[in-house]
Amino acid sequence: MDHLKELESEAIYIIREVTAECEKPVMLYSIGKDSSVMLHLALKAFYPEKPPFPFLHINTTWKFHEMIEFRDKRAEELQIEMLEYINEDGVNRGINPFEHGSAYTDIMKTQALKNALDKYGFTAAFGGGRRDEEKSRAKERIFSFRNREHAWDPKNQRPEMWNLFNTRINQGESIRIFPLSNWTEADIWQYIRKENIPIVPLYFAKPRPVVQRDGNIIMVDDDRMKLLPGEKVETKMVRFRTLGCYPLTGGVESAAATLDEIIDETLGAVESERTSRIIDSDSGSASMEKRKREGYF
Amino acid sequence: MKNDLLKFITCGSVDDGKSTLIGHMLYDAKLLFTDQKKALELESRVGSNDGKIDYSLLLDGLMAEREQGITIDVAYRYFTTANRSFIVADTPGHEEYTRNMAVGASFASLSVILIDASQGVLLQTKRHVRICVLVGIRHFVFAVNKMDLAGYDQARFQKIKKDIKLLMSEFDYKTIKVIPVSATEGDNITSRSDRMDWYTGPSLLQYLENVDVSGEDENTGFSMPVQRVCRPNREFRGFQGQVASGELSVGDRITVLPSREQAGVKAILQGDQKVDSCFRGQAVTVQLESEIDISRGCVITKDCNLTVGSMLTASILWMDDNRLTAGMNFFLKLGTQQVPATVLSIRYKTDINSGNRIETDHVLKNEIALCEISTGSKIVFGQFYNHPAHGSLILIDRITNATAACGVVVQNIAEENNLTWNEMDITRDLRQARLGQKAVTVWMTGLSGSGKSTVANALEKRLFAMGKHTMLLDGDNVRMGLNKNLGFGQQDRMENIRRIAEVSKLMNDAGLIVITSFISPYRQDRRSAQEIIGDSFLEVYVSTPLSECERRDVKGLYKAAREGKIADFTGITSPYEPPENPIVCIDTSQNDVETCVDIILEKLEDRIRYGE
Repeated sequence: MDHLKELESEAIYIIREVTAECEKPVMLYSIGKDSSVMLHLALKAFYPEKPPFPFLHINTTWKFHEMIEFRDKRAEELQIEMLEYINEDGVNRGINPFEHGSAYTDIMKTQALKNALDKYGFTAAFGGGRRDEEKSRAKERIFSFRNREHAWDPKNQRPEMWNLFNTRINQGESIRIFPLSNWTEADIWQYIRKENIPIVPLYFAKPRPVVQRDGNIIMVDDDRMKLLPGEKVETKMVRFRTLGCYPLTGGVESAAATLDEIIDETLGAVESERTSRIIDSDSGSASMEKRKREGYF
Repeated sequence: MKNDLLKFITCGSVDDGKSTLIGHMLYDAKLLFTDQKKALELESRVGSNDGKIDYSLLLDGLMAEREQGITIDVAYRYFTTANRSFIVADTPGHEEYTRNMAVGASFASLSVILIDASQGVLLQTKRHVRICVLVGIRHFVFAVNKMDLAGYDQARFQKIKKDIKLLMSEFDYKTIKVIPVSATEGDNITSRSDRMDWYTGPSLLQYLENVDVSGEDENTGFSMPVQRVCRPNREFRGFQGQVASGELSVGDRITVLPSREQAGVKAILQGDQKVDSCFRGQAVTVQLESEIDISRGCVITKDCNLTVGSMLTASILWMDDNRLTAGMNFFLKLGTQQVPATVLSIRYKTDINSGNRIETDHVLKNEIALCEISTGSKIVFGQFYNHPAHGSLILIDRITNATAACGVVVQNIAEENNLTWNEMDITRDLRQARLGQKAVTVWMTGLSGSGKSTVANALEKRLFAMGKHTMLLDGDNVRMGLNKNLGFGQQDRMENIRRIAEVSKLMNDAGLIVITSFISPYRQDRRSAQEIIGDSFLEVYVSTPLSECERRDVKGLYKAAREGKIADFTGITSPYEPPENPIVCIDTSQNDVETCVDIILEKLEDRIRYGE
């Protein structure tokens, strides 16, 4: 079997196992390319039935506008249940990515996610994480168990033998499941092309208003972005390799405006995609693991 | 075969250089992003490797691993060359983390085992080979590493190669290759090294790019464990799962296990596409011509020789910190089936070094043993060697939910002993009809002195007077006969309960109403009894408080326990776990015996009435 087909079958098998065995699953939807692939796989896994679980978007209120538009359009087209959760407490306290750094990520993403899962009582949450993204992800099982505080214990992971997933948990515990664990960035792009999966236009290069900040190209997506002394807004051909909160997501200068061009660039890329995520380089090479221990995806 | 996916693992003893080997392979084959390369070079400079590049830092991703300089858990790496896509699971070498190594191995079709040229074949090498073989790996590469430190000595290599061949002679494998390498220096990793011109074979990467691991589908027929039933509306009913073996086409006739009902295949869907046929590995939805009863856990088959049974032997790797002893209960997961199961006996454990069988009554973490397992209901399974998807299983701890063991089916015990369950013409139902009653087991549980035996006795007298056919099983009485060879240790206590439950079930099958009176303080034990007895099991909790039981102290046992003369006395030095859902609670300090009997009978009436 060709290797994309093999990855697809594996992911579908995982998604079906979770819905068959877990009490109250939800699929996290971050609007990015990995989420788009995961949503596509969920549609395939249950066809002609709709996915028997809702989707959940943790909105930090700092996402690119185009992302939110895309999310609402997709949910409408597919007639799927799309939940949105915003940490209103953080909003009221004025927490923002410019001033609050890692506290922002913690409050608007990690805490928000934990609150949302608790609010709805979800016992299992699919995430689009891939092992090739980052070193601590490379160590995580497909089924990642979290205690009552949603924390991950990397030193004591449950053995995962063959495709026999043990989904049993005690009251209050939950599972994060990563059906795309074994996919690489190149796999994701090739699959998007092969299956013709809709993605947010921000992935394609286009002239966009940007500023240079700390070595990153940041898009000025709304007027909450205040220019620092010496900064000026320029229009550049940029695209994004990953999508998140616009002030924290660096673009790359590129002319790749089609999937084929993106795939060519990705296969020849010299830097890993996470370099364009500013939050990952916050506190050295172990920052992702620390956040996961605290309940982050 | 070009562009297919090869999943392999690296394993070997601590410090054999597994992570370094993979790190160097990625580095040399230019399969790293520049930021990863930069981070690697930077981190190496502050590390303990004299500023030389420490390739293992690429893989040891956890904080604790980098602090201690060891690999704790499996790391997965992905790379693609012009010929093939690869997923490599880099597994820990420490014995303590053997179960994590097994996780990696169960995922792979080929194993690269590192051997330190100065050390040769070690105990840990043997352990890893044994685990690889156990979980189903049939392709091996031995990388004899640190050849640089061994002066690239051909004689040294030949000696180790001979030891490897000897070690492997014990096992079933399909391909094997031994390659001399240096992971730190990069010899024979991605290209042939000049420093060992006496070696004429391929480099490690060249070999991995070309080795054929496509397990020829050994004519085992079609099989697919059903994951879920898809029923979006009245018109559509499809069975979703991943094809475990063989091929199925529209129009074929299938047999569903365990029911053995048959039907024709109406349609096959792959995603939202209709297809004519499907093959091993594909995730599909199968629609049938006729409505037959199929649910999750059933297996759809065609010309596939699987067993339906409830007794099997399995070769297991025990992974839990607590030891395994015979009589312990688990959930067993096999394919998409999950059932209660009991490890009936431990036949032997395997000496990692010699492969010899050792008699034992317990199995410790990281040990391999052959066990007899019985399942609470019939399941569909096959021998692992021919039917990997139907012959691999895990045992789940019922309290902690931990995956306590993984194992593979060696044999169907009924087959081995020529046992078959004989269906009898005179059924329980016929016997119940003649006796004019429904057979149940009233399981009375409660503290010593709570009044169980008194109430049980009065209950039986009342039922007898009503014309019912009954039998009373009392704790002390059973221990004087059927169970007189049993003591009070954990294993014997479980066996005590198992025998009582089996006897109760036989009596229920004979149509009798059984009343049992045992302290049975542990939930798990009562649950085991319930699994054996089934729906006829009715729990009655005699909830008389401890203070009252102790005040009565009919047998003088509480006094003795307080004085330390009896170890593990329920309520004093060992716990009593009250039932969670008894059909009724009675407290003999609040009600007299006859009232207690009235309360029980009120709940019992409907359950023992024969007919509508």
